[in-house]
Amino acid sequence: MKNPTKLFSILLLAIASTLIAQPDDTLKLKPSYFEVNDYVEDNEGCFKCHGEVKYLLTDVENDRSATKRMAPCKIVDRDKYYTSVHKSFSCTDCHSYDFMTFPHTMDLRFEENFLCMDCHGYDETYAQYHFEEIEKEFSESIHNIADFTCWSCHDPHSYKAFMRNADDLEEAILYDNNMCLRCHADYDRFSQKTEREEIMVVESHDWLPNQAAHFASVRCIECHTEINDSILIAHKILPKTEAVQRCTECHSKDTRLLHTLYKFQSLEERKGGFVNSIMLNNSYVIGANQNVWLNRLSLLVFGLTLLVIVFHSYLRIKKQKKS
Amino acid sequence: MANKRLYLYPVWIRLWHAINALTFLALLLTGISLHFSSAEHSLIPFQVSVGIHNVCAIILSINFVVFVIGNVITKNGMYYMKWRKNLWPKLWKQFLFYAIGIFKGEPHPFPITKKQKFNPLQKVSYVFAMYLGMPLLIISGIALMFPEKISNSIFKISGLLFYDTLHIIVGFVLSIFLLIHLYTCTLGDKPGTLFKSMINGYHEEHE
Repeated sequence: MKNPTKLFSILLLAIASTLIAQPDDTLKLKPSYFEVNDYVEDNEGCFKCHGEVKYLLTDVENDRSATKRMAPCKIVDRDKYYTSVHKSFSCTDCHSYDFMTFPHTMDLRFEENFLCMDCHGYDETYAQYHFEEIEKEFSESIHNIADFTCWSCHDPHSYKAFMRNADDLEEAILYDNNMCLRCHADYDRFSQKTEREEIMVVESHDWLPNQAAHFASVRCIECHTEINDSILIAHKILPKTEAVQRCTECHSKDTRLLHTLYKFQSLEERKGGFVNSIMLNNSYVIGANQNVWLNRLSLLVFGLTLLVIVFHSYLRIKKQKKS
Repeated sequence: MANKRLYLYPVWIRLWHAINALTFLALLLTGISLHFSSAEHSLIPFQVSVGIHNVCAIILSINFVVFVIGNVITKNGMYYMKWRKNLWPKLWKQFLFYAIGIFKGEPHPFPITKKQKFNPLQKVSYVFAMYLGMPLLIISGIALMFPEKISNSIFKISGLLFYDTLHIIVGFVLSIFLLIHLYTCTLGDKPGTLFKSMINGYHEEHE
């Protein structure tokens, strides 16, 4: 080796360049944000407080400042926001521009939030999602109570249209069920909305065999909503007395899961002879996923066996009569 | 009156057999009901089937362990041994007897003795049913009883689908075995003779 120093320098440079190329996860403003949003820097005006667990409160008049804790419900996670359905938005698209001044005035604090229908309703652009039908379903749902809006379940700062683009159904189910459990497994949140007594999710589903498997494989709304074929996700949440409890609603050839969980994926063909084969990618539902070929083969084998037995018996009886 | 009377079925075998038969029948009926369940009509209500199926499966599994231990610590195990010796000629001979000889009044090619409780066809089918079929049925059944514990993917298919298909296939094969077993049990001196043996413990036949 003629010049080890030169070689060492090249090596050092190569290592340094890989380090430089590494994405920095500690960066507050990630390059990916800029790819989806043109207002990242403007939005930082809000995120510098609302994207943090603490913020600096400054009293200019008396020349003093203090670090305060941000209320958890007022914190918006940057990563979640810039991957949500509203990722391209500027904060002031929905919130008043006056929020750019701090401290916020009392008037602003009472600002009425937009609801889904304000932007998505009665608009041809969103006609395929049938927001009007969703609104109608919601109005008939037991969730139609005071202070309960779309945002109670669908946080506009983090909401993802998981089911619509469900590559990983298991993840989508978890996402969806967590939406319910955010209140139904947290009495503090639940009691903000209602005077009802606490719902013990696990105990109230004691009757359900293989509870953990059910919770991981289907969404709460499979049993707790009324089927509506015109929208992707049913929104008419039923009272508990009307929830599905009959196993065969799902565990049968004409399973309701095809009208709920697998609704928009069921441009189905019978893969490998399985009935409702679309469900096999993620699960296997006893009663709903019968294999047509196995059923036919078993019937044939059973029939032939019976035929041989009947024929053998006939010959035995004939022989006995002779003797 | 029979002139050959052998005590071949001790109490524990008869008890094991009775429990095995009853639980297997219950499992078969509830299994069929679950497999072909429908929202409109079911042979047995789904939840009732699940309950009966689970309880009977546990009893059958414990009973299977009793059978294996019993065969290890008593002489009954010897009837299931050396089943491969001269297998094909013996099977052919027995098959010919069932297919032709039995109608000509030929004597049994492998008469039942204290040392030879089963004919070669019985021996092979019992060995496969009890030492291959039952363990597969029980293992796949346990997997289905605890679906959250099994692997999500086996051989690139859903773990649930794998175990359920295995369970259904083995269950079906064993139910065909049961059908043939029941029929061959009518091949004694009289149609009910061999069934009686499983109640009083004695094998009886005219020589």
